[in-house]
Amino acid sequence: MLRPRSSTCSKQSVCYDPATKPNPGGVAVILVVVEHDRGALSPASLEALTAARSLGDIEALTIGESADHLADQLGAYGALTVHQAHNEMLGDYGPEAWGEVVAQTVRALSPAIVLACGTDRGNEVIAQAAARLDLPFAANCVSFRPDAGFEVTRLRWGGSLLENASLAAEIKLVTIAHHAVDAEPATVQGSATPAPFAGSLDSSLARSIVSGRVERQAGVTLSTAPVVVGGGRGVGSPEGFGPLQELAAELGGVVWCSRAVTNSGWRNHTDQVGQTGTRIAPDVYFACGISGAIQHWVGAMASKNIIAINTDREANMVTKAGYAVIGDLHQVVPAITAEIRRRRT
Amino acid sequence: MRVLVCVKRVPAPGARINITADGQEIDSAHLAFTISPHEECAVEAAAQLVEQHGGEATVLTLGPAEAEEQLRYAVSVGMTGAVLLPTDDGEWDPQRTAHAISSAIKELESSGGEFDLILFGNESADSGGFQVGVRVAYALGRPMVNGGKALSIVDRVAHVERESDSGRETYELPLPCVIGVKEGINLPRYPTMKGRLASKKADVNSIVPVGQPGGLWKIVLQRPAETKSETIILGTGPDAAAAVVDVLEAIGVL
Ligand SMILES: Cc1cc2nc3c(=O)[nH]c(=O)nc-3n(C[C@H](O)[C@H](O)[C@H](O)COP(=O)(O)OP(=O)(O)OC[C@H]3O[C@@H](n4cnc5c(N)ncnc54)[C@H](O)[C@@H]3O)c2cc1C
Ligand SMILES: Nc1ncnc2c1ncn2[C@@H]1O[C@H](COP(=O)(O)O)[C@@H](O)[C@H]1O
Repeated sequence: MLRPRSSTCSKQSVCYDPATKPNPGGVAVILVVVEHDRGALSPASLEALTAARSLGDIEALTIGESADHLADQLGAYGALTVHQAHNEMLGDYGPEAWGEVVAQTVRALSPAIVLACGTDRGNEVIAQAAARLDLPFAANCVSFRPDAGFEVTRLRWGGSLLENASLAAEIKLVTIAHHAVDAEPATVQGSATPAPFAGSLDSSLARSIVSGRVERQAGVTLSTAPVVVGGGRGVGSPEGFGPLQELAAELGGVVWCSRAVTNSGWRNHTDQVGQTGTRIAPDVYFACGISGAIQHWVGAMASKNIIAINTDREANMVTKAGYAVIGDLHQVVPAITAEIRRRRT
Repeated sequence: MRVLVCVKRVPAPGARINITADGQEIDSAHLAFTISPHEECAVEAAAQLVEQHGGEATVLTLGPAEAEEQLRYAVSVGMTGAVLLPTDDGEWDPQRTAHAISSAIKELESSGGEFDLILFGNESADSGGFQVGVRVAYALGRPMVNGGKALSIVDRVAHVERESDSGRETYELPLPCVIGVKEGINLPRYPTMKGRLASKKADVNSIVPVGQPGGLWKIVLQRPAETKSETIILGTGPDAAAAVVDVLEAIGVL
């Protein structure tokens, strides 16, 4: 466990007592960086803890006093110690301040591995720490092989391609791809020892801390709807989405689209499925007039059932989908809506 | 205002990614090349800022000589200068790339003055390292946020919005700063005839990239396992509607 060092600490340093470096020569220490938003735990962090359990002894790091209350929950997921960084600058998220705290904690603890979940914040904070430590960083890993010179398998192309890579560094900085593991509590329920420490951070790091928030605007598509009607270039025009909207409404679903559609200005980018859009996992995905390019597929492939509607029997979306209708979506979609209404009356 | 945008040349695979026999690269023999959608939007953001505030916008890439194609495309949609850091030994790792880019930026700034704003994509389309921009920003000692979905500059402060689970977060970064942007921040324009002509004539400034290999070593690329089941063709044209609704009933979403 770490104790805050008293008077001698300089600016920029988080003030650890280096004499308390844990486990010299013992089991590998895995430092898990916990993601939270002003004290609300990100579920993705539990995936990181779950993945870390197979790698060694977990020491978690929470940044900001608002996260102190998470210690018990982190213990239930396998953390033995929770280092709690306290500083008045850590009241809200800031990539540079958080990255600096991680870097200083790594310097003090010399963990074997530093791990977070590969969310926007997780990747950003580990990248910031990697820059400060001048260490390599492997983002969005799906597996780790510590015995084989520390090889990882990581996602490229948003998951359309995998890379086996090796991380040549004393301390391995990695993120685990979001949803690559299911979060599960530890079988042996432990309790984590809280180890609060006062950090001192250079005031210049405040320049990238969140300065305000805008609540979600109404009308934003929900990525959790059970039915999604997706439209591609084959829809032909913004107006062409009317019948798709009707089918979606009939099933309590929502309309999403491909990049060809957003690029043409037919719909907003917030509705785009894929590598540079959103990943969805509805019970049913209607893919209407979408060819099924890998960058689209990677955002839709988690759908439980896919029904492709396409004039081209050879389209990738048709050959990959569980079900398909060959035909003009402008005729097929309204016919499905009519059939649903007929059966309901 | 002086803006720099960093883009990467990547292949644009369609239905399937094929890998070269040595497992080191995507087989791009039959593929077109592009820049990542996030970076296309960074180029558009730079073009808009220079239209609003005046000044110049430079595009920079580290890659093979062929990456000149992407630089010229960026000029055709509004960039006023182009810089190539030529490599001829395959993809560079993120640490090495970041080192070469930050060194080149220092060189460009020593002769042409500081860049008020340096833009990156949120992540590169192909390797998705989520780090080159962050490393460059740190090397230059400038503030950085990634994931920008809205950007405006008022009184030498960059106002950035990005998405969060509950809505949007805002950041206010003093210039000079570095921002990574995501697709959706704007809708990139298409080249005009005038832009195309300008891009043909543009000078591409070449800077020899410097940087030692970093610690992330690519061993081999592989395609993820495909779980392929046969497609059930439910019918042709509107007559298939009944079969579709049968499926919906079976799944239980009706
Ligand atoms: C780095 C990168 C990232 C990308 N990210 C994304 C992403 O996030 N999301 C995304 O969607 N794309 C993405 N793309 C683009 C992607 O490669 C494809 O260009 C895009 O998905 C094609 O959209 P589409 O299927 O609607 O259009 P097309 O490929 O043009 O397909 C149209 C389909 O409609 C069918 N059709 C035409 N008329 C009809 C009709 N009347 N009835 C029924 N069917 C009809 C055609 O047979 C065809 O199959 C990305 C590309 C790159 C390089
Ligand atoms: N070879 C390169 N040349 C220029 N910019 C690059 C290069 N590689 C990455 N970048 C920039 O850095 C961002 C992040 O890349 P990455 O860390 O690979 O995800 C990209 O979106 C680009 O803006």
